[in-house]
Amino acid sequence: MASLNDYLLVSGLLFAIGLAGVVVRRNIIVVFMCLELMLSAANLTLVAFSRFHPAANGLPDYNGQMLVFFVITVAAAEVAVGLAIIVALYRARQTIHTDDLTSLKG
Amino acid sequence: MPSYLFWLFSVIMLAGGAAVIAFRNPVASALSVVACFVGLAGLFIGLSAFFVGVIQILVYTGAVMVLFLFIIMLLDLKDEEKSAKPLVPIAAGIGLVAAFTMQLIGVLSRSPDTTAPALDAQTFTVAAAGFPASSKIATNLLSGKLPDVHLIGRTLFTQYNLPLQILGVLLLVATIGVVVLSKRQAD
Repeated sequence: MASLNDYLLVSGLLFAIGLAGVVVRRNIIVVFMCLELMLSAANLTLVAFSRFHPAANGLPDYNGQMLVFFVITVAAAEVAVGLAIIVALYRARQTIHTDDLTSLKG
Repeated sequence: MPSYLFWLFSVIMLAGGAAVIAFRNPVASALSVVACFVGLAGLFIGLSAFFVGVIQILVYTGAVMVLFLFIIMLLDLKDEEKSAKPLVPIAAGIGLVAAFTMQLIGVLSRSPDTTAPALDAQTFTVAAAGFPASSKIATNLLSGKLPDVHLIGRTLFTQYNLPLQILGVLLLVATIGVVVLSKRQAD
């Protein structure tokens, strides 16, 4: 049986991979996908805690899984809006490389 | 879940995650995200969160990643291969991840470890006393099954009804926002 710390370690590693992707990659779509990885790592932590710290009646704590449900739904809405912004950006600038997007640089 | 299945799905998930960064081609990255999410859904199901595992597959790999693939193919990115890798971001990324991982291991090595509490027929029988006698949840629990979807639906529509309604409004706003954003400016 995998213990709670195993799950937390794996989800922390997934979060670290997502963080590295956001810092390293220059393609804004890949950066966006790495953000999704980080959200999913947080979801894994929530589900692990819901299973390992049961509610008073002995069943898994469904409050944690509710939060996962809401995170997944908000992430879906966020992806839709974010990709629309990326498409609008590509129409305006013909690039999605973060190195070429320096308008806000002082 | 047996230990070897946990490590199998963890390796699928982490290898998929690492491949997202390693591949130069965005389409290959998107497919690696799909592999990563399939492993993650396996972990969810191993944690007895069947509903979350299923919507992870349906919503993330089914809807969100297909949307990503559509956009990647729509934008037709040709010059992805050109850029020489700048060293500063890579060094920053590796340093950040190393610091994060070391801190994670430090915290986990000192925090108390727990194993999963039993989810067997005895737990179910005790829990069934908290629900109305002939309800679907109590019947399922007494027959030794975890009625995951029923329990989630019950929590969602009683305790979390207002957040659910607000979430509906949020999805509507996001839909309208996407339509407005992707409409070509008339000029």
